[in-house]
Amino acid sequence: MKKKQIITRRAAITTGVAALGALLIPGCNQPMPPNYGNILRMGDNFTYAAHRALFSSQSLAKEYSFSDISSMPATGTINPADTSKEYFSETYDKHLRSGFENWQLPVEGLVARPGNYSLDQLKKFNARTQITRHTCEEGWTAIAEWSGVPLKALLEHAGMMPKARWVNFYSYDGWLDCIDLIDAFHPQTILAYGMNGKNLSIPHGAPIRLRLERQIGFKSMKYLEKIVVTENYVDPGDIGWAWYNGF
Amino acid sequence: MSSQPSSISKNEKHQPWVKTSHWIITISFLLLVFTGIEILMVHPRLYWGEVGNELTPAFLELPISRNHNRSDWEAEVPFFDTENSPVSAGRNGEEEMFNENGWGRSLHFLSAWFLVVTGLVYVILGLLTGHFQKHIWPRLRELSPVQLFRDIREHIKMKIAPPTGGPQYGVLQKIAYMSIIFISLPMAIITGFTMSPAITAAFPFLLEIFGGYQTARTIHFFTSIGLEIFLVMHIAMIILSGFKQQVRYMTIGKQP
Repeated sequence: MKKKQIITRRAAITTGVAALGALLIPGCNQPMPPNYGNILRMGDNFTYAAHRALFSSQSLAKEYSFSDISSMPATGTINPADTSKEYFSETYDKHLRSGFENWQLPVEGLVARPGNYSLDQLKKFNARTQITRHTCEEGWTAIAEWSGVPLKALLEHAGMMPKARWVNFYSYDGWLDCIDLIDAFHPQTILAYGMNGKNLSIPHGAPIRLRLERQIGFKSMKYLEKIVVTENYVDPGDIGWAWYNGF
Repeated sequence: MSSQPSSISKNEKHQPWVKTSHWIITISFLLLVFTGIEILMVHPRLYWGEVGNELTPAFLELPISRNHNRSDWEAEVPFFDTENSPVSAGRNGEEEMFNENGWGRSLHFLSAWFLVVTGLVYVILGLLTGHFQKHIWPRLRELSPVQLFRDIREHIKMKIAPPTGGPQYGVLQKIAYMSIIFISLPMAIITGFTMSPAITAAFPFLLEIFGGYQTARTIHFFTSIGLEIFLVMHIAMIILSGFKQQVRYMTIGKQP
């Protein structure tokens, strides 16, 4: 008798999960990132599918007023030119010494006009300024004003091709991460060069960082080195963190 | 769907769907508590409002991990030239910090999926079958001061009724179950949603009703404390009323 009960319960769970899966079918026309056979990542991919299926792709994160700007810690990498660190970057060190004069951001991959954008060129795009909340996975928050180029404008300028599905970011401190096109074209997704009315400081990701306001802080990658548009998911391997962090 | 208390059979046993959802929610809840503590250990500071971080004052700092009262910071740099300007500072010694959020957050949200989905099914079935009306919702008669005081007195005297094997609950029991089903668990879920940047972008009113992310996080914490107190009391009552029998009735349902 005991055995029978266990099967019933398991069947109930399976049925429930299957039913939810069916509910989420509209969200599954998005390509899914790999979950590395990991049940934890399956849950995160499920959250991703649910958010994409249920929420508007254009919904804006809350914007605050100037007086709401708060103190903000700089965490993770705080200087890729620090020779004592594993992530030390000689190239970054060189750019830092010359005040990012010759720094350029390559935009490559599935774009009609691959090119390198200097800071001055990026600043010629219509800028977007937003006062938003940075929400760290650790549990802390901070509000700051960010100014930069909408990623959408840059991708359109470079002529993104229709079969493109992912926008990949490479950083000087050795990170590789990507976002889907819904996040890439979101109005608040910007490449920020300004913070609180000044040039972005080194601890916060100079010269340019991503701002991705509908995901947790660490997805807003600092110290951008290169952007590559691809059709297939570029696999950084299991870095131990969820790929989607809207929650 | 009867509203007559006399219609509750003395022999009525726990329904299979009640038992199933009870145990799925139990496992989800225990995992949520475990990972919740892990997540709180990474940043054991609580605040009110939208903003809170190591450069702003906390309303409560819990000494629950080596991350509390960290002092390894670069010099503070003000953002503006004004007095009392908000500041920035780089954090050093990141490698020495406790952070298991990579799996902790993922397991928290995976468990939350099971809790929310099972909870929804449970609430829908509870309404459709009349389970809430019949067994959980206290009757007006039961809420009379005389009845309430009698039940409280018996609890104080540790005179706990033996298990019936079914949902024949006392009034204090009903109030406790009702509170966690309709207040505490929904509150934990909604404050959890309020900490999601994607969900609050879609539903901005969440941040308005709680008065900010950090307030929601703090309420989430205290709600979980409330739920943990309930769990301890619940287990205490099960032990007092006959642990073996109670667990049997809630699982395979056979007479011991």
